[in-house]
Amino acid sequence: MIIAVASGKGGTGKTTVATALAQALSRADISVSCLDCDVEAPNAHIFIRPDLGYSKNVELLIPEVDAELCTGCGQCAEVCQFHAIVVLGGQTLVFPELCHGCGSCMMVCPEDAISEAPRKLGLLEGGLSPDGINFGHGLLNVGEPMAVPVITQLKKWQDHNNSEAVILDSPPGASCPVVESIRGADFVLLVTEPTPFGLHDLRQAYELTQELDIPAGLIINRDGIGDAGVDTYCKEIGLPILMRIPLEWEIGQGIAQGKSLLDIHPEYEDAFCALYTQIADLATTRGSQ
Amino acid sequence: MKVAISSPDGKFDTQFSSRFGRCDTFIFVNSKTRDWEAKPNPAAAARGGAGAQVVQFLSNNGIEVTITGRYGPTAFSALEAAGIQAFVAGSGTPEELLDKFLTGELEQVNAATGPELHG
Repeated sequence: MIIAVASGKGGTGKTTVATALAQALSRADISVSCLDCDVEAPNAHIFIRPDLGYSKNVELLIPEVDAELCTGCGQCAEVCQFHAIVVLGGQTLVFPELCHGCGSCMMVCPEDAISEAPRKLGLLEGGLSPDGINFGHGLLNVGEPMAVPVITQLKKWQDHNNSEAVILDSPPGASCPVVESIRGADFVLLVTEPTPFGLHDLRQAYELTQELDIPAGLIINRDGIGDAGVDTYCKEIGLPILMRIPLEWEIGQGIAQGKSLLDIHPEYEDAFCALYTQIADLATTRGSQ
Repeated sequence: MKVAISSPDGKFDTQFSSRFGRCDTFIFVNSKTRDWEAKPNPAAAARGGAGAQVVQFLSNNGIEVTITGRYGPTAFSALEAAGIQAFVAGSGTPEELLDKFLTGELEQVNAATGPELHG
């Protein structure tokens, strides 16, 4: 089962929840993979502590124009949805950072003047944690806007393992990298804080799960702050609240020291195992409808 | 010379737009006759690559000079390839900026003046 952890708002506790779930399952002898899809700022490895023994470059194939063969007809520029290739003053220019690597320009070129060359976007790293979690994360190069291919390749790379549970730690927000992270998941575990800001972004994240037709449930983190807005919203739309983690000095302090939630409070192990069972039920009920 | 000036509303006598790639409209003006027309910017709502798209549009329309607030790296390299001269201004209406351009008071740029993805 693939469970994606998402939130909308940043800093609500996605990684806290994702790593706690992965550790709880692993300690309960359920084979588990944990993939940190927040390739712009990956941090799950701090809590999982894997031995990152394996790495692989992430490359995107981008066009290279042979100026000898190019007639400047502009068909490549017309087909490109991202304006990554333009013809100006009879010269065909490629803007690598805009290119999504679809290959259309190469296909339409009547002169066969376009070939593809790899451009490095980032790196995948992976390995086993001390408690047996099959961990992987992506590292997007600094200054690089193209996060999606790194996430796509991270998810594909780890497809080779046969874990019973795959936990995806999504980036914050509700844009392309989040869509790419949660796409194909069996369940989206949303994490919010019970504040107006948390609620605002939770709506967007929840609507995204609806758009992608993936069942979802919610964890309220830092419970006890803010207002009742999130509770009211969940009641209105029928989003199940699966767990509440209170605002606690001890948790905040521990996380800041690089301890996982289960390191700080081992008693959460049972709660996260129960959560997994509940998620499995919700995912299958929805699937059989 | 055919000059393009970025504008938020397509008017000749109101404040110009300092945005290039995603400005609302371009004022195309003939620097000799002062005949002008407003052309909607096809890249105003582009999901990405507005700088490249806008220069393609200006080049297709025979523009030789652009006046705006700042140029990102993509827009600037495209302008260079298209052989379009790029000028920057702080404030003014398209009408005033055309006069400043004609009297040589505007600064011509030879490199990108703004960060990526901000136009």
